[in-house]
Amino acid sequence: MRELKILAVVVFFSLLTYYLVEPFAHHEMHKKVDAEGNEIVINHRDFVYDGKADVEEAERAGNKELATKKKAFWSDVKTIAGLKGNATAGEAGFAMCMGCHMDGAANMGGVIPPSLEHAGAIYDKNYLIALIKDPAMAGNVDHKYADTMTHPMGSVSSMFADNQSIADVVAYLQEKKAGEVTPKEAFNEACVRCHAMRYDKVTQLGDTPKFKHEKDALAHKIKVIDEQDAVKKYMGKLPPDLSMIIRARGEHFMETFIENPQGQLAGTSMPRVGLNAEGYEKVKAYLTAIGDPSKVKREALGPWVIGFFVIFTILAFLWKKEKWRGHH
Amino acid sequence: MAHFDENAKPFGNKWLDERLGVNTLMKVLNTEYWIPKNINFLWAMGMVLAATFGILVISGIFLMMYYKPDTNLAFDSVNYTIMTEVGYGWLWRHIHGVGASLVFLIIYIHMFTGIYYSSYKQGRELIWLSGMGLFVAFSAEAFSGYMLPWGQMSYWAGMVITELFAGGSLEATGLVEWIRGDYVPGDAYLTRFFMLHVLLIPLVIIGLIVLHFGTLRLPHVNNQDGENFDYDEAAKLYKEGKVKESKVIPFSPVFLSKDVFVMGVYFILFFYLVFYHFNFAMDPVNFDPANGLSTPAHIYPEWYFLWSYEILRPFSKDFGLIAFGIAQAALFFLPFIDRSPNVAPAHKRGLFQIWFWALIVIMIALTALGKLPPTDPLYATLGFIFAVAFLFMGPLLFVITKFEKPLKKGA
Amino acid sequence: MEKERRDFMGIGLGVFTAVGGVGALYAMKRSWDPLPSVKAAGFTEIDLAGAKDNVLTVEKWRGKPIFVLKKSADMKADDRDIVIGKDRFHVTIGLCTHLGCIPAYKKDDKKFMCACHGGEFDVSGNDIKAPAPSPLVIPPFKINGTKLVLGEEGPEYQKMKDAGLTA
Repeated sequence: MRELKILAVVVFFSLLTYYLVEPFAHHEMHKKVDAEGNEIVINHRDFVYDGKADVEEAERAGNKELATKKKAFWSDVKTIAGLKGNATAGEAGFAMCMGCHMDGAANMGGVIPPSLEHAGAIYDKNYLIALIKDPAMAGNVDHKYADTMTHPMGSVSSMFADNQSIADVVAYLQEKKAGEVTPKEAFNEACVRCHAMRYDKVTQLGDTPKFKHEKDALAHKIKVIDEQDAVKKYMGKLPPDLSMIIRARGEHFMETFIENPQGQLAGTSMPRVGLNAEGYEKVKAYLTAIGDPSKVKREALGPWVIGFFVIFTILAFLWKKEKWRGHH
Repeated sequence: MAHFDENAKPFGNKWLDERLGVNTLMKVLNTEYWIPKNINFLWAMGMVLAATFGILVISGIFLMMYYKPDTNLAFDSVNYTIMTEVGYGWLWRHIHGVGASLVFLIIYIHMFTGIYYSSYKQGRELIWLSGMGLFVAFSAEAFSGYMLPWGQMSYWAGMVITELFAGGSLEATGLVEWIRGDYVPGDAYLTRFFMLHVLLIPLVIIGLIVLHFGTLRLPHVNNQDGENFDYDEAAKLYKEGKVKESKVIPFSPVFLSKDVFVMGVYFILFFYLVFYHFNFAMDPVNFDPANGLSTPAHIYPEWYFLWSYEILRPFSKDFGLIAFGIAQAALFFLPFIDRSPNVAPAHKRGLFQIWFWALIVIMIALTALGKLPPTDPLYATLGFIFAVAFLFMGPLLFVITKFEKPLKKGA
Repeated sequence: MEKERRDFMGIGLGVFTAVGGVGALYAMKRSWDPLPSVKAAGFTEIDLAGAKDNVLTVEKWRGKPIFVLKKSADMKADDRDIVIGKDRFHVTIGLCTHLGCIPAYKKDDKKFMCACHGGEFDVSGNDIKAPAPSPLVIPPFKINGTKLVLGEEGPEYQKMKDAGLTA
């Protein structure tokens, strides 16, 4: 009985210390507060994009004009989402997209336009509408383009001037570009234009080919550096390699950051990517496969090892009981 | 020359005993190494620590086979080669990381057990001192090991801790550069800390463990009531078969059987953490590669260093360093600060009991505050109060134990 | 009776611990295995199209030197030759079968001589002078046009292996 009391004391102080230095300290460290000192809670929004967070941010910053503008923008998005899109009519519009988003595209104004092969499957519908309407607003990075810079995709609004044409092309994407997508394809389309993945030999130029001669390998490396320089110039700094990101950031951070980078890292030049739940799951699967490949093995082996020590402990207890028999 | 039985069977018990004294050794270290019977599971922490150290050595050996102590290769050798390519490399790394954290949890439990039961005085001073030596050696081992993955936390911890050696206003930057072998933690730094981690400090630890065990043998292990009894008499009773009446048990197998049971419970916790809850021991920030041009938003040491780190933080640079130095050394002097004649559990020692729990609260508070952001004025103030309180605990102990009444025998 | 049961518990615990130890040893063994990337790199393609008569070229496969020698018309054909079209090639691991030194090719004498202990091999890789105990080893290969993939076992290699000619 006394031993259990002592154990309770030890466990209590251990858990107290754990609580203070882990959940509590990390919460306090990453807490975001507004001007009045109230905590800003960043909620996970299930990868649905309605611009609420963007409007709240502008309001919190005290910029009423911007808040009104954002509210109007996202309300327009909602209106377009309510229109019935015609995929057949959207095909012609999509042909215009392909002018830039083609295979083997070169860097345009900062990044290589990504493939849209699975755009309808991995991106949210509202986000796609918003993106075509105003890419900077959709990405919640309009602050970056306030002065002189133009968004590399800025010309898209002139191509799709009326709401119906936007609804049509989005309908086209959702019907024709929504095939089965592998985790790696999702990552390539959504992330690779900025982020490398060196543990899978992926750079901003995609998969690194195998070279027999060092000279060719070096030539490719220079091409990668040139591309990285272009991205760096556009983004302000080179976006990080994502090989280990799945272990370097927590689940909640990843989800909310992908939904709205500004919420977690105010002022970051990373735009919102617009992944829907399926797209995020696919990207996450890829990040896990590369950054935490032992997860499956770890989870499979865990019960065996723990089970072993449970039985070990029971046997040890019985042994101890025998050895101590007659001692008290 | 001693007498040798020429007919003894080679490698048989008699043959070995005549050459190696195995039977004497067995008696001295196991079957007639008498441990008091009046103990609880806290007395198993020593063997738990020994087992954890063993696990750290074994997992470390397997990590070392693919680790590369080079600033260009270290991060990837850990996170790519060991974690994804080497068979069960991830297991060794998780065991090593979790083990390094848990070893300190057990060390602290072991230390506070020693303080609670007054097991550091009246013949047991060397046990305490060699134990404190082990604490320092393990701290150095933990710090040097923390450098090796060469992530952001490794680099910045290396930067900040080596900077301490500049001695504040003494501005001994020459010393700092000498320790690093560079202006900043770089290649030379990483390689020498690798050497310290895998060779020099482990040798020191092994030596100190032997010394620590050695210091235990003559004064014997303390017991739950601090009772001082005649071991020869108790051993005689035990050998006569009066195990119930005797106050002692042999180390092996009776004491050991309890140790093994406690170890089993500990290993369940250990491997639960290894498989399902390792982030507390393997900080996610350290999965970002070292970058000398960008400090992470929050830097903090591993949890077991937080209390002493917090003593450094609230003061001005120079006084902070002095306070930090005092905190590191203070515990060594415990047997000499405590002036009381009593060897007894804290709950029988009046004010000492209050002092003990106050120490626990102060150290846990400092540990928590060491990680909380100092930019918050509340935490900064609390940090200052608890750091000052810690510094006063030493003189306070001297005073209260000076006036502590001697306990009557058998009380 | 009491004593027997006591021992039984101790032995049971010991045996159970040993089972766990075997598991741990398995994990340790796996950690010593060559890495997947090393195994994946165990395939090398060499092109025989450019080879010239009686000129030895040395390629590298799994860290070992590979002798490639195109036989000239006057050299005796051997079952150990790799035949591509009309051309016959000598392709072996260039390590003396005695103790692993690299023999040198004497172009004029048309034989391989090992400087370490004096072993000699003929132009087909057969041992002709002691202490060389056996012919030079033929690495697993697969013929792919004029190219050879080392590390993969093609039908021609299988045939040689079955005939006991590869080692």
